[in-house]
Amino acid sequence: MSPLELITDHTIQNVVIGAALLGLISGVLGSFAVLRKQSLLGDTMSHAALPGVCIGFIIAGAREMSFLLLGALTTGALAALVMLMLTRNSRLKTDAALGIALSTSFALGVVLLTHIQNQNNAAQGGLDAFLFGQAAATLRSDLWIMGGVTLVALALVGAFWKEFKLVSFDPQFAASLGMPVMWLEVLLTVMIALAVVVGLQMVGVVLMAAMIIAPAVAARQWSHRLESMVILAAVIGVAGGVFGALLSALSRGLATGPLIILSVSSVVLVSLLLAPGRGFVWEGIRLWQGRRRLRYQQVLTTLYRLALHHDDPTFRSEQGMLDTYHGHRTRAALRQLLKRGLVEWRSAPPEEPRGAKHWVLTPRGRDEAERILDSLGRGES
Amino acid sequence: MTTPLHEPDLALHVEDLTVSYHSKPVLWDIDFDVPPGVMAAIVGPNGAGKSTLIKSVLGLVPTVAGHVTLFGRTYRRHRRRVGYVPQRSSVDWDFPTTALDVVTMGLYGRLGWIRRPGRGERREAMQALEMVGMQAFADRQISQLSGGQQQRVFLARALVQKADVYFLDEPMAGVDATTERAIVDILRRLRDDGKTVIVVHHDLQTVRSYFDWLMILNVRVIAQGRVEDVYTADNLRSAYGGQIALLDETALMQPGTTDDKTAGA
Repeated sequence: MSPLELITDHTIQNVVIGAALLGLISGVLGSFAVLRKQSLLGDTMSHAALPGVCIGFIIAGAREMSFLLLGALTTGALAALVMLMLTRNSRLKTDAALGIALSTSFALGVVLLTHIQNQNNAAQGGLDAFLFGQAAATLRSDLWIMGGVTLVALALVGAFWKEFKLVSFDPQFAASLGMPVMWLEVLLTVMIALAVVVGLQMVGVVLMAAMIIAPAVAARQWSHRLESMVILAAVIGVAGGVFGALLSALSRGLATGPLIILSVSSVVLVSLLLAPGRGFVWEGIRLWQGRRRLRYQQVLTTLYRLALHHDDPTFRSEQGMLDTYHGHRTRAALRQLLKRGLVEWRSAPPEEPRGAKHWVLTPRGRDEAERILDSLGRGES
Repeated sequence: MTTPLHEPDLALHVEDLTVSYHSKPVLWDIDFDVPPGVMAAIVGPNGAGKSTLIKSVLGLVPTVAGHVTLFGRTYRRHRRRVGYVPQRSSVDWDFPTTALDVVTMGLYGRLGWIRRPGRGERREAMQALEMVGMQAFADRQISQLSGGQQQRVFLARALVQKADVYFLDEPMAGVDATTERAIVDILRRLRDDGKTVIVVHHDLQTVRSYFDWLMILNVRVIAQGRVEDVYTADNLRSAYGGQIALLDETALMQPGTTDDKTAGA
């Protein structure tokens, strides 16, 4: 398929727009879910959406999109709110409560699904697509619903930005200011259910949680402010969605939903590894640098102490002695010091019998050692 | 205002307050009065309900019984006159935000719904950061601040509230000596301006040098009043029970030692 065909193909257009909308809403709302440590709540909600889809179908008697989504929204939000109440008012731990709710509602959904399928109703065709999504079946009318839901969610986030920020960061302080913390939390939770509804058609209930969590986790790695995190999460969500959709269009036969999830997840992987300040690679380098600096500082102060002890500023230390003193090979550290002009690798004066070269502190090395010891001393006081 | 005020001369008046967590009483029948313009400490052993007392006064935890008034009115009517510093450990400091932004949050109550903080709010927040000596860290990511610096940011957030009564939950727990001194200085300045400062405190050694009002709590009120009247070996023993043996009793009771200690810290 040529690029031109890709762009003009009606189905592909629908899928790409749908994926972009999904990435947008789940990136924005997922940021709040992740920061409030409610990633798993999204998972529970998406699984709880399945019985809602089935109930919607039973009521409508046909595959009527608005009924299905309304059902999904109702049961998803209901499950989430029951979770909030349970963990607020009982001794049940959140992870246990979420685990139970997730599997119970999913089991209920699958039972309802098989029940509908056994009715031999021709209209039920494709209801099981909600398990893993069926992006290709997205219609223009579905897009209008998805777009409307996304718009409402974004407008709410914009209007209550500072309230949502404070409730996510410090709910106790928010309550002391008189903010209706519980209602704000309920609103945030219900909005995540909205994101789930948008994602049902595209990626399905099973994979939806990753769509909510992944863009936010990736964005957190690169940003230091909530504003930039939310925007970046939206961008990552949209980009991942569009990329996954196009990928599946190019390679006919590969499922769209899982490809979207995989492209978003690969951004997460890269972010976890490489993000400056927070990535693993960065941390590793910092650890290694710190250790190396500590080593050469130790060797430098040892030379300084030896010189002090022998009352000879140009006291000559043997390599082997320094190694023994530190219990590890110090040559690398000494070479570092040499490069910085803090020590010299000096031959013995001719009148001395031992001809081997020795390490000697330079005046600059002496100053540096004194500075290091000073700062250590200050740290202790 | 036609309704008569209840104890309008007291900055804080708590009557018959009882709070329970799953049928176990955390606070039992608390009567607690704080006059305006004092620096009051709430001390007591772990699990005595010190934080819960502050939270129930602020309406953050449900109470079983009792009522609370501030200058004779309920907290709901006086929210703008109250500043609050929660325990530092109660929030996730890895939240993506800056020190200045956290301080600005203290103004959200005054701003009301929808309105965003603007340049004026940021200037106010910056002034509060200067008061706690943190202006150089305004744009710093909060996760990069030390514990003491985080605590000072929290204090600055309460300062922008321009309140009359300040509640602080363990502001001196786990902070460095510089921060502790800075916090005490600011709290004293607030008191000298006629504000009332109520602090949950954990360090008995410094109670007498920092505070002028004291409440000793262990689920019930053990004693309350002026520090010099309340800070007695008997009172401490009945609050802390066996734990007091762990503390150096002579050091606690010798006048003067605490002041030397803080001066030299």
